[in-house]
Amino acid sequence: MKGQNLGFQGTPEQAEKLKKVIEEHKSTPGCLMPVLQEAQAIYGYLPIEVQTMISDGLGISLSEVYGVATFYTQFSLTPKGKHRISLCLGTACYVKGADKILAALEKKLGVKCGECTVDGLFSLDSCRCVGACGLAPVMMIDDDVYGKLNVDMLDDILQPYREGKK
Amino acid sequence: MVNLKINGISVSVPEGSTILQAANAANVEIPTLCYLKGVNCAGSCRMCVVEATGARGLVAACVYPVSEGMEVQTNTPKCRQSRKMTLELLLSSHKKKCLSCLRNTTCELQRLSLEYGADEDRFAGENKETPLDTSSPFLIRDNDKCINCRRCVAACKNLQSVEAIGPIGRGYAVHIGAAFERPTIESNCVGCGQCIVACPVGALTEKSNTDAVWKAMADPDKKVIFFTAPSVRATLGEEFGYPVGTNVEGKMVAAIRRLGNVEVFNMDVTADLTILEEANELVERITKNKPLPMFTSCCPGWIKFMEHNYPEMLGNISTCKSPQQMFGAVLKTYYCEKNDIDPDKLFVVSVIPCTAKKYEVGRSEFHKDVDVALTTRELARMIKTAGIKFNELPEEQYDDPFRIATGGGAIFGATGGVMEAALRTAAHMLDGKFEMIDFKEVRGVNPIKEAKYKVAGITVKVAVASGLANARKIVEAVKSGKKDYNFIEIMACPGGCINGGGQPTLSDSIRNSSVDLCGLRSKALYNLDKKMELRASHDSPTIKMLYNEYFEQPGSHKAHDCLHTEYTPREKY
Repeated sequence: MKGQNLGFQGTPEQAEKLKKVIEEHKSTPGCLMPVLQEAQAIYGYLPIEVQTMISDGLGISLSEVYGVATFYTQFSLTPKGKHRISLCLGTACYVKGADKILAALEKKLGVKCGECTVDGLFSLDSCRCVGACGLAPVMMIDDDVYGKLNVDMLDDILQPYREGKK
Repeated sequence: MVNLKINGISVSVPEGSTILQAANAANVEIPTLCYLKGVNCAGSCRMCVVEATGARGLVAACVYPVSEGMEVQTNTPKCRQSRKMTLELLLSSHKKKCLSCLRNTTCELQRLSLEYGADEDRFAGENKETPLDTSSPFLIRDNDKCINCRRCVAACKNLQSVEAIGPIGRGYAVHIGAAFERPTIESNCVGCGQCIVACPVGALTEKSNTDAVWKAMADPDKKVIFFTAPSVRATLGEEFGYPVGTNVEGKMVAAIRRLGNVEVFNMDVTADLTILEEANELVERITKNKPLPMFTSCCPGWIKFMEHNYPEMLGNISTCKSPQQMFGAVLKTYYCEKNDIDPDKLFVVSVIPCTAKKYEVGRSEFHKDVDVALTTRELARMIKTAGIKFNELPEEQYDDPFRIATGGGAIFGATGGVMEAALRTAAHMLDGKFEMIDFKEVRGVNPIKEAKYKVAGITVKVAVASGLANARKIVEAVKSGKKDYNFIEIMACPGGCINGGGQPTLSDSIRNSSVDLCGLRSKALYNLDKKMELRASHDSPTIKMLYNEYFEQPGSHKAHDCLHTEYTPREKY
């Protein structure tokens, strides 16, 4: 998956932090995973600029860094929104109609799963089982869980985030 | 030693050997697909599965170690069934455009499917329609034919340390490509083509330029010139059933002549010319305290590697153009002037063992001096298309005035050859009485070779490396000050041009056997050198003619304009 190009806006402070992370892990074998995780925590995602810094810093080729970053679903090449919507597509949620919820969310937000809205407010992702199958279908927005979803509820759920009340 | 039995045949192999190696020693062939000797050993494709005592289920012979008293069965119904299933699953999503595939009849998947009676339609898999990557002038990637064996990735990483490509994504979506899905031409790929010769199927092929050559030959306004690189004579025969290491120079010249109205020249001539210029440059750098060590410059894959990875050291690379580009320049200046030909009407075709040379002909600094670079494989295809019975051809000679060359030019195609040829001439330049012609220390297919020679009171320290991973070791050693050399020869492909990315792709069963491909091919060149009357480039009458009539002397102003070049720093990725 190619990164969604919304323009990289890294700050010198972020770069400094990443540099420190790289220095800390550099000598440990198999350090690429933790460095990618921490880099994602710093930047919110892993654009080419960040992956190049990691590649240069660790002496691991960019093709390998990119290979690992695209292998694990935990890594994102696209920026995340201010609020992160994570819809469960696990078995229980799926049989309870999570696919319809996803289609409705994509339509309402005007993005595909894995992308971020142009205003940067929401990013939409799917996940596998948040451990609340009794409430299927389930989604999380940031740290809040919303269960027993149906398509009609979505506007009311999104509204407070749009108004900046959440 | 470990004693075991393969299909009832007793065999002893060193401890730590794999079942595959033991089977090889017992002359039992186990089919492989992702395994390629010296390149990739991952045990992932499951073609080489066998039954072995002490193992649960089937094991991958390419990675499973032997043990004392082990009994291995390679040809049981269970093995055959498993291999057939593996093939059918691979075929389920394989783009089966076999008829027009450049690897038709040399494809490992095709060969094994035939052997195992695999049904290509047993499973209906997802048929993706991935666009071809045709961005570069040297290769085409068709990922819908890719079986994800990773041999290309391993070649790029292990042999070349370039790591331009890798697996991307996960599960069914996994595919091979450059980071961030960049097209090949925008990546740090150096164009060596080792991925192409590693590919068991048609996912990676050279970008063929044969159509342009046919077109030029049919154009009455064009005068078409072919010239062939030193190593092509040692490998072209493989495409026509000759044993590895057969020198088919005479038949090759005859075959090209029968393609159409063309002249056929010997590129060993400009290999000799390169030596004169390069040796002169070396002597100048040594005697005038200019930057040392000096690296050779005839390999375009190596040049692009340095431009991407060590731009700060470009000043250490000889400014000599490669023999291919020298030939183009000589043809479009000296030859056209002498014969009163309009350079625009001259269509120059080089036949080379190399895909990086397809990139080189398009570099803007060379003004299309060479119009098209054809690999050995493409020449073979043209000969077959033209209905020429190669094996029945008489032996013919190159055309004048670029016919006669020396042994020094011939050995250019093997690792150490450029060094030896340069030493023959540089030593002569430093000390006219120096008589040594055989510099055996720099010969052979060892990845890194070092030697010291004393000439005219100067100790010349040299090193030779082939395979860019080995080249990187040398460059790092020089950079860090651990090693101190005067002159370093680098060839991007392991073993040199005889193992180039444009050479015939032999079957896995030969490449995974004990046959020493590089050794046999390079022997053909050294045998040629040995029996030649003229061994040192500076003794060539063709070279004397070129300097007398045109270039005056090595390093002259005219020579610099025509035969030397400069390099461009590039991004690391």
